[in-house]
Amino acid sequence: MTETVLEVSDLVKHYPLTQGVVFRKQVGAVRAVDGVDFRLGRGETLGIVGESGCGKSTVAKMLVNLERPTAGSIRYKGEDITRLSGRALKAVRRNIQMVFQDPYTSLNPRMTVGDIIGEPYDIHPEVAPKGDRRRKVQDLLDVVGLNPEYINRYPHQFSGGQRQRIGIARGLALRPEVIVADEPVSALDVSVQAQVINLMDRLQSEFDLAYVFIAHDLSIVRHISDRVGVMYLGRIVETGTDTEIYDHPTHPYTQALLSAVPVPDPRAREHRERIILTGDVPSPTNIPSGCRFRTRCWKARERCALEVPALAVPPWFAAAGGPAAHDSACHFAEEAHVVPDGHGGGPG
Amino acid sequence: MLLEVRDLHVEFHTRDGVAKAVNGVGYGVDAGETLAVLGESGSGKSVTAQAIMGILDVPPGRITGGEVVFQGRDLLTLKEDERRRIRGAEMAMIFQDALSSLNPVISVGDQLGEMFTVHRGMSRKDARAKAVELMDRVRIPAARERVRQYPHQFSGGMRQRIMIAMALALEPALIIADEPTTALDVTVQAQVMELLAELRREYHMGLILITHDLGVVADVADRIAVMYAGRIVESAPVHDIYKAPAHPYTRGLLDSIPRLDQKGQELYAIKGLPPNLMDIPPGCAFHPRCPLARDVCRTDEPPLYEVSATRGSACHFWRECLDD
Amino acid sequence: MPDHQHEPERAIAGTGMGGTMDLGVDEAETLEKRPGVPDGRGPQEPPRSLWSDAWRDLRRNPVFIVSALVILFLLFISLWPSAIASGSPLKCDLSKAQQGSRSGHPFGFDGQGCDVYTRTVYGARTSVAVGVLATLGVAVLGSVLGALAGFFGGVWDSVLSRITDVFFAIPVVLGGLVLLSVITSNTVWPVIGFIVLLGWPQISRIARGSVITAKQNDYVQAARALGASTSRLMLRHIAPNAVAPVIVVATIALGTYIALEATLSYLGVGLKPPSVSWGIDISAASPYIRNAPHALLWPSGALAVTVLAFIMLGDAVRDALDPKLR
Repeated sequence: MTETVLEVSDLVKHYPLTQGVVFRKQVGAVRAVDGVDFRLGRGETLGIVGESGCGKSTVAKMLVNLERPTAGSIRYKGEDITRLSGRALKAVRRNIQMVFQDPYTSLNPRMTVGDIIGEPYDIHPEVAPKGDRRRKVQDLLDVVGLNPEYINRYPHQFSGGQRQRIGIARGLALRPEVIVADEPVSALDVSVQAQVINLMDRLQSEFDLAYVFIAHDLSIVRHISDRVGVMYLGRIVETGTDTEIYDHPTHPYTQALLSAVPVPDPRAREHRERIILTGDVPSPTNIPSGCRFRTRCWKARERCALEVPALAVPPWFAAAGGPAAHDSACHFAEEAHVVPDGHGGGPG
Repeated sequence: MLLEVRDLHVEFHTRDGVAKAVNGVGYGVDAGETLAVLGESGSGKSVTAQAIMGILDVPPGRITGGEVVFQGRDLLTLKEDERRRIRGAEMAMIFQDALSSLNPVISVGDQLGEMFTVHRGMSRKDARAKAVELMDRVRIPAARERVRQYPHQFSGGMRQRIMIAMALALEPALIIADEPTTALDVTVQAQVMELLAELRREYHMGLILITHDLGVVADVADRIAVMYAGRIVESAPVHDIYKAPAHPYTRGLLDSIPRLDQKGQELYAIKGLPPNLMDIPPGCAFHPRCPLARDVCRTDEPPLYEVSATRGSACHFWRECLDD
Repeated sequence: MPDHQHEPERAIAGTGMGGTMDLGVDEAETLEKRPGVPDGRGPQEPPRSLWSDAWRDLRRNPVFIVSALVILFLLFISLWPSAIASGSPLKCDLSKAQQGSRSGHPFGFDGQGCDVYTRTVYGARTSVAVGVLATLGVAVLGSVLGALAGFFGGVWDSVLSRITDVFFAIPVVLGGLVLLSVITSNTVWPVIGFIVLLGWPQISRIARGSVITAKQNDYVQAARALGASTSRLMLRHIAPNAVAPVIVVATIALGTYIALEATLSYLGVGLKPPSVSWGIDISAASPYIRNAPHALLWPSGALAVTVLAFIMLGDAVRDALDPKLR
């Protein structure tokens, strides 16, 4: 295994629900993130997938210290960054940067592209001497495939894909080791998505970056990730390499999710078995007891309501080994093949 | 043909100039058929739909030419009150954002019932009963109790079902669904698409599905019309197009999506950006981004060549594209 | 069925702002050419900030041009009234009372025999002084308090909201009658002070709201993730993006403050003779409205045009700063 750059253990974020204006009384909590663990190696990509409200964006915000966890730790090279403040926090921020989802709200419309990409150097002046900055910004523009002459332009003069490149350039400015990307391509058109994903791929090898890539699009996550974690209601329910998760899923939620993804091949529709989940995701203020997925699970039995399944390799797979032997938080984990083979992106 | 759009042109007049959003679009849908209109933002796919429905904002929009023939009549020549009678009763639309398409201060039962009181002159009580029936039909659990609830009390998927129920209320011959599942999660998206397909079969309706999602199209469409810069660049039965696209843009789109069944190498990326609608390139609008482009593409606008009896491609070199 | 225009909105937004799509580097092309010098195509348009866009819009807006000309003229005559009016506004001759226009006295004379033209010209100074200074005071006080409440939220925000509610509950004219009647100083300052006191909550609400909106933008989060200090977030990211609504409301309010000064002076609690103010003149002329309507008409007309000019300017500025409203 490569050197671990980020290690998250038992990460929790609860937002208190209060009642009353003067005498606030806590009446409950939104359990947005409810015990998440993972590790990220240098130069590696961890994909986190899940549906809206599963807490994946809250995890992203905690990783870059925009939200403070209620409990748990985030260790960057062994140091817990969740309790840092002031100078120490600022130093850590240099190494973990974020790329945002919406290229239209993530760039300050009143600042030039040069000011936006150069802002990291204003905040961390020790990284680049003043005289050097313009050249550094132009280098960054070039690295992300934009014309360095456009340094004095404003964000609204660029298209969505180009703006996302500007956001990536800003994230790269401090030469971080980790980039947290929260749905970085979901706001872009299909033909532009591929350009940005290729760019992120290239930058990863060029700068030895580790990515935490958060998305709801399972195909994109598979394309970019070395390992994948599937989140449901604030927890990771299954995690493994891309092959383990996509070709040998053992958690019913992962199976349902994968079977629901429309694949771009009309031949798949005849012989494809869809697992259609019933009902809606429960509210994070009122998480079911035991296994949180049991209210929508077709396999649920009494045990699921009583016992919280641990995220671990199910013992019956551990003995046999093979790709099904990966972490899965299900009492009745079973391998299933839900992704149709050989569906093509076109004839190529 | 239930609906046939012929050579439709729509412009938008803005303070910076004229944006040519739709430039000679033609497509048709039969009863019981699903036509997917595929395109990226700015391709004109939604503007075409709005022109068909008659809900285009005029100004700034303006229909500058073409025909929309629905059940034998050209809708563009009808008076506004005649069109209003067709809207809702004969053709209905489903939007992407169900929350803002529903009135937040009226209960869903009353909103559904309104379709019957206004269009069919039913009493409130009968309309309420109809509303419950519709909610049952789009599989909203406990319809009888929930009919009194307000839109915000429903989840995203349930709201989209209510929108579908509303569109279905008067059993229209044609439904236009504009990115109906884009705002929904995958698992919910599957439920909603399944429901739509089923209802279409049951009522033998024509369905125009406007989307950018090649996966959704492959799942439900019978025919596909691919739009680029306000034109149809390829039109074909669904199986043909996925097997062998006859237009380089379609091919590029198909190649640029990552696959679910394997990790894959670097993605193919269509170079460049979609054109500015105020300054569409001459000749073939796709030529600046096209790997097959030659001199003729820069000067001559390709017509929709007949590839087969059911298939057309607006590429001078469609044979080459097909053989590739 | 409600209509929705996601697509055309995007289509327009994508093209309508002028060259969103056409300026760019050819995305994949430069990727292939990397590491590369700029591609052959030079920039097709110069850098355009949102402010310069707004200014370009304003210059083309006839409403802006007309109102700006009126306001420039007002500023000019309030600085140099003698440039267009030779006499003194206080030189009155009772024997000419209520007389109509005549050569050298185009607007005629009022009830005291003072020249209406001269008094109308000199009255502009009071109005402009009150309007401009009161607006400055209101804008500074209101936006600072509102921005702090919006940015920090919590207790500070609740307290400020309650205070603004209290001020909103005070009826303006009644408050003026009570508060100003105890003040004897016959300058513009008590009037300005009164307007600032009652006017700041309006701006503070606007500033609070637009700071809260701006604060939620991802670029603020991005700067925070970089480790930006609070003052940097405030001054560089939030303030420039929150200031537009404040400018618009302040411009429109300026017109209404001028009207308020006239009202207070009319009621006898604002400025008092021998000060010169349109409100005083309107008040003085109203008993003679049948005999000498001109003495009422000219100052009221000047007041109406001035107020209208500022409100129109505010509207034009709003249109220019917020293209979404179009």
